[in-house]
Amino acid sequence: MARMKFLCDAERCIECNGCVTACKQENEVPWGVNRRRVVTINDGVPGEKSISVACMHCSDAPCVAVCPVDCIYQTEEGVVLHDKDLCIGCGYCFYACPFGAPQFPQTGVFGLRGKMDKCTFCAGGPEKDNSKEEFSKYGSNRLAQGKLPACAEMCSTKALLAGDADVVADIFRARAVKRGKGSEVWGWGTAYGKPDNPQAKPPQGAKS
Amino acid sequence: MRTANRLCLAGVIILISILMSGCGERSQVVAYKSGKYQGKTDTKPWDNDPSAALYTSSKWTAGNKTSWEEAIRMRNQRQNEYGRVD
Repeated sequence: MARMKFLCDAERCIECNGCVTACKQENEVPWGVNRRRVVTINDGVPGEKSISVACMHCSDAPCVAVCPVDCIYQTEEGVVLHDKDLCIGCGYCFYACPFGAPQFPQTGVFGLRGKMDKCTFCAGGPEKDNSKEEFSKYGSNRLAQGKLPACAEMCSTKALLAGDADVVADIFRARAVKRGKGSEVWGWGTAYGKPDNPQAKPPQGAKS
Repeated sequence: MRTANRLCLAGVIILISILMSGCGERSQVVAYKSGKYQGKTDTKPWDNDPSAALYTSSKWTAGNKTSWEEAIRMRNQRQNEYGRVD
């Protein structure tokens, strides 16, 4: 059974915010709401690391446990979704979430807190798949189209991986083995590994 | 007199039907059961017909979960550039 998960490779993330932009564009996320964001540790210091963070679709999600109106649920594929028609916008899920994933649109002069909005793993919500209602409330339902989340699919360095946890783990494992670890990992070869034959030259006349 | 009786009977029937219509009304207040999802049921992604999706190359049989999962796994491999370039 597929269990959907995100994984961000800190060695590869270049803080381009492409995933944030893709999410915004794909789901037409309202102004002031960031379903995904890039966090940088030791910004500006050599060796800084960035990761892209959104809802991690926890297997034992604390937001589900604390929701007073029980509007959050997990799909069979392990995606954590919620029913906006039931949400009362109390913000408990925001306090419970270790990643700060739940967002609340602020509208009006006094910044009234709206209903919770968060990453849906591009799986929409409890409305008819790919319907107008689903899109207006939850955004795009790419899983129902046989696609994976837009943020991961468009990540230029493939730092952000998304999909079946087993497959994602296999991809990341193969990558980590290829590039080595610990003191072996330093310099330009860090993210993508080193060439098998560094002395190799391109064939004559070939375009670079 | 007969017409008046008929009108009276019709009036009574209409009145009763109006009064009884409230009995078929469902409660519009959610009865919360702690720890159990109370919202609307969601549809499954694999129940959709792949031909209905725009710009997708994934192929699966509508209603077949296994084939959808296989399609997603195939799509997943596009994120593995070692698999693509080697």
